[in-house]
Parts: sequence; structure tokens; C-alpha cells
Amino acid sequence: MATPNMPLWEVFIRSRNGLAHKHVGSLHATDAPLALQAARDIYTRRGEGLSIWVVPSIAITASDPAEKGMMFEPAESKIYRHPTFYDVPDEVGHM
Amino acid sequence: MTEINLNRVTKMSVASISVSETPLVLYTLRRADDALILGHRLSEWCGHAPMLEEDMALANMGLDLLGQARELYAYAAKVEGADNDEDTFAYLRDVRQYRNLLLVEQPNGDFARTMVRQFFYATLADLYWRAMMRSTDTTLAAIAAKSEKESAYHVRHSSEWMVRLGDGTEESHRRAQTAIEDLWAYTGEMFEVDVSERSLIERGVAIDPATLHPQWLKTISAVIEEATLVLPNNDWMQQGGRSGRHSEHLGHLLSELQSMQRSFPGATW
Repeated sequence: MATPNMPLWEVFIRSRNGLAHKHVGSLHATDAPLALQAARDIYTRRGEGLSIWVVPSIAITASDPAEKGMMFEPAESKIYRHPTFYDVPDEVGHM
Repeated sequence: MTEINLNRVTKMSVASISVSETPLVLYTLRRADDALILGHRLSEWCGHAPMLEEDMALANMGLDLLGQARELYAYAAKVEGADNDEDTFAYLRDVRQYRNLLLVEQPNGDFARTMVRQFFYATLADLYWRAMMRSTDTTLAAIAAKSEKESAYHVRHSSEWMVRLGDGTEESHRRAQTAIEDLWAYTGEMFEVDVSERSLIERGVAIDPATLHPQWLKTISAVIEEATLVLPNNDWMQQGGRSGRHSEHLGHLLSELQSMQRSFPGATW
């Protein structure tokens, strides 16, 4: 089943308990209303969600995998950025 | 052992059930048959739709309808109070015992034809189930409440496609317009009421579909106009499905739908 000349859309679903929409996959559709319906038909058949976003894949700007050294490695040596080095006073309780 | 089984197969494979069609049983079977037959038609697209996304959409709508059919058959069985159940209603009735609209048994044809058929049916079904939520029969009211949400989506989906096919390319427009003209004569039957059903309408069990005709026509006209398509002028309408006089297509559909249970009665897996 080829889908010539049909734009690709990325689908985001917010689950019953979820706070944020999460990327779940992609699909082909001629336009936004049909993309939303297709997302409903493909990705929420088992009660997965209460809200759907569809975004044209072409609207996404992605980082280049070839640049992952420059992009992400500098953060790896900076463990002090994790909030695990602070002593939390007992009075604060559960944080 | 083998002999007994063979006897059973031979005996049961030729026998259709008999149904005591009191007004409420007949009424319920008519709606159940509409849902089963249209659902089966949609299932025929499985693996053959123009695109994967639509393959799923058609199967989903088919499953909605199958679910409606099952609840209605189960209720018909309960009301009849005989030995029948949802399976015997679906698998062991002959073509003349089926009570569905002629519209829903019409072959899928191309995608436009399938969508026009769905659009005509779902637009009424949605109005119909919404009104039936006030039925004095609590089971039918509950089935209506569930079915209305499903048919509301079928209306939306088929309406969106009507606009895209009609206002799409020259070819899609031509196919959609041809489908409208071919199927138009099957829409009148949706608003028919016979003596049996009239008795239920008077008791508030059923509603008179004729009262929904103006709204149905208004809704489909708006979509069809947006789609740059036109409704036919002719008023001549086909009828017969509700009393078991079907087009030649239903027998073929049933031979496929029933072949397993007719060949291996009671088979489960």
C-alpha cells in the first residue's frame, strides 16, 4: 500500500494519567483533520489516550546524529548538575 | 463417534433457524442486521484499503458495527425467549430471513462508493441512536447511548472523505458523484415504517425515522454542497430489505459470512 504524495505526520498522545503528550509514532495523511482521525484510529484503539497532537514531520528540526559528540558529551562530565550532592534537612520532609 | 458427528453436520448444515418475529424481536433484528451486514462489508476492505491508515479506520468502523450487532442480537434472543442466540441469528438465518436495509448490503465498489454508503447510513444512524436514547425500553436506550458515540465518529470520518473526494481531483469527483447517484435510491428505505414498527413507535419503544428525515437531508446536503457534489432529483426509492426481499448481493455475502458455521456447526477456536 504505497502512499504517494502524502505528507508524513508525527503523533503525540497524552495518556490517562500522563501529564505530557508523548511521541508514539507517525502516519501518512493528506491534511491535518485526516491526520488527527488516522492517529485516533491507529494509536488509540486500546484506550491509550485522552488527547492527541499531530504535527507535520517537516516542521520538526532535528539534531544531527553525527554531531552527538559536540552536542551531548560535554554534559556527561558535569555530574554536579544533578541535585544529588545537597543535604536535604530532615525538616523538609518528602521532596 | 465419527458417524454421529457426520450426522450432526449433515443435519445442521442445511437447517436454518426459525424466529418468532414479534414486533420487538423484528425491530431489534432489523437494526442488528444493518450493523452486521455493513460491518461485514467494511471488514472486506481489511488488507485492501487504498492506504494503511484507512485500512485501520475501516476495520475500526466495522468492529464498532459488529459490537452493536452483537448487543442487539443478544437482546433479540432474550426478548424472543427461544433457543436462539447471537450466533444462530448471524449464522443460521437464510437470506430471506435477514431484515437489513438494501443500502448496507450493496457491494463496496471503489473507495468513494464505500464512503458514500457509510455517509448516508451513519448520518441517519447517529440521529437515530441519539433519539433512541430516550426509548422507554431501557436496554435499547443503553445500546443507543453506546452506538451514538460510535456513529458520530463514522459521520465525521465519512463526511471528511466526502469533501476530499468531491472537491479533490476530477477522477475522485466523478467516482463520488457516480456513487451518490447509484446509492441514492436505497436511502428511502431508511425512513420506512411498517405496521409492526408503528406499534412500537406508539409505545415509545422505537422512534419514527421519518421525523429525522429533514435533519438527515439538511446534514448530508451541507456536506455534499461543500464537496461540490449534487444530490439526484429522483424520488423513486428501492424497498424490500426490511421484509427480507434483498438484492442479489446479500446471498453472496452470507455464503461467505456463514460458510464456516454451515460447514462445521458449532465449531469454535
